[in-house]
Amino acid sequence: MKRRLINPYLAILYLIPVIIIIGVFRFYPILFSIRASLYRWGMGGPGTFTGLKNYLTILTDKYFWQAFTNTLWYTVFTIPLTLFISLFIAILLNNKLKGIGILRTVYFLPVVTSIVAISMVWKWIYHPEIGLANYLLGLLHIPPKNWLSEWRGIFELITNRSLPLFLKGPSLALLSIVIMTVWKGLGYNVVIFLAGLQNISKEYYEAAEVDGASGFSVFKNITWPLISPTTFYVLMMTTIVSFKVFAPVWLMTGPPKGGPLGTTNVLVYHLFDNAFNYSRYGYGSAISIFLFLVILSLTVLQKKVVEPRVHYG
Amino acid sequence: MTRTKAITLYVLLVLGSLLALLPFYWMITTSLKSPVEAVRFPPTMIPENIVWQNYPEALRVAPFGRYFFNTIIIAIFTMIGVLITSSLAAFTFTFIKFRGREFLFISFLAMMMVPLPVYIIPGYLILARLGWLDTYMALIVPWVVNIFSIFLLRQHFKSIPISIFESAMIDGCSSFQFLTKIALPMVKPALITITIFSLIGSWNTFIWPLVMTTSDAIRPVQVGLAYFMQEQSTDYTLLSAASTLVIIPVIIIFFIFQRRIISSYMKSGVKG
Repeated sequence: MKRRLINPYLAILYLIPVIIIIGVFRFYPILFSIRASLYRWGMGGPGTFTGLKNYLTILTDKYFWQAFTNTLWYTVFTIPLTLFISLFIAILLNNKLKGIGILRTVYFLPVVTSIVAISMVWKWIYHPEIGLANYLLGLLHIPPKNWLSEWRGIFELITNRSLPLFLKGPSLALLSIVIMTVWKGLGYNVVIFLAGLQNISKEYYEAAEVDGASGFSVFKNITWPLISPTTFYVLMMTTIVSFKVFAPVWLMTGPPKGGPLGTTNVLVYHLFDNAFNYSRYGYGSAISIFLFLVILSLTVLQKKVVEPRVHYG
Repeated sequence: MTRTKAITLYVLLVLGSLLALLPFYWMITTSLKSPVEAVRFPPTMIPENIVWQNYPEALRVAPFGRYFFNTIIIAIFTMIGVLITSSLAAFTFTFIKFRGREFLFISFLAMMMVPLPVYIIPGYLILARLGWLDTYMALIVPWVVNIFSIFLLRQHFKSIPISIFESAMIDGCSSFQFLTKIALPMVKPALITITIFSLIGSWNTFIWPLVMTTSDAIRPVQVGLAYFMQEQSTDYTLLSAASTLVIIPVIIIFFIFQRRIISSYMKSGVKG
């Protein structure tokens, strides 16, 4: 028989600070948001109960749909760029070479640097007249771009003709933000991929070498399938982070408007704008609940559809 | 590995790392150029004359001293809070058996799924009701609990053999003494990790204080820099100087602890 070594009521005492903070600042706010989203909640407080009206308003608000489309484009471009570039660098770094640790540190540097300072310097690099980006393009004899002030869709710019709305693609302004955030987040994903690569048993590669397989076939038959749990993780994280993008949009292209002709207006920017520039807290809460549901269902979808195809070695 | 393969690897990796460093190089060199040289096109890759004037000028134009002070206050109190709450909670979740323990712990972890934007509006309205808007309280209190830190510390506490805990208790050690004298010294690496993450997090936090503060007396550096960016939207020499000052502390911490920081990120990813 085991004696009780410790009074279980002590648990309450020790957990009080945590439970209060989590209760007041994590749990209660979720209920608060759900409730606020059902009211016409403005400057003066709750106002009138309007049921699902805020959600219906979302569905008919063309600025909301623009923000939603922009967020989708942002995510669709961020995912492949992040996945392939970071996996590529991780594979290069996964070699025993002198100085590899320093290179890894260098790739990681942007991750710990503040988004505000990073956005400042990229905005400067993207300057349409005297920016570094246009200067470097000029060296390659490519005409200058308007970068953050370019509202035209990138497919429009590439094909050089006017296209229907759904074929225009994201504006170059939005893509410029994608490039910056991919650059900033790269080191994190490289490190995650490196951890995954280091978990792959060396025996597979030795066997492949004996069989005379090399280069791309080793990647296709060994690395890619065995790294897939990590790829899956990076895919999920990148999707979630992309749907939440806000700071670089606010810093580089807004306020007041969410970029040229609203083409960098993303969901969280739209939320922020409605809540804190127009005091539409109810409507803003509805957007935040919508965002939460989207992220939740994407997570579930990826777990149900993508994960069964992931090879857990 | 063949020689050609090694050389190809180096060339690719070094080119990539130059791309990773280029914006930093551009920030620092711009901060050392005269305003006239900075707007010249084509730009000079190396400043013709090193101009230090932008740094005192940036500090003069905006109250960066105050912003730094605010951030340091916020970072220190948040860090102390996180260390205390994570230690107590992780200890409780590891060593004290009580009904509903697992359920409570899992509900805490589930909270980590909720994205920050969901918290902004209710956070703002709750802090307004508490009368805490535009105070240090608004920037510290909601963040003195970090669920990931609780999780991390619990993982480390679990590796302490239960027999150590039992014999300490039998010898008449109080649970609080066990925590502070025996358990915490055994998980020092985890505590250092939590401290570093907390400090870097507080230093870089932006969206929350952007919403919750309105005055220079309370604003942390990132928000101060962001407003400076809007006010001085064309003077990139001053902006670069201010940005360089703002990122230097984190970069120093990062270079001192880079191994630990990178490996912590690695582990957090693999376990997630």
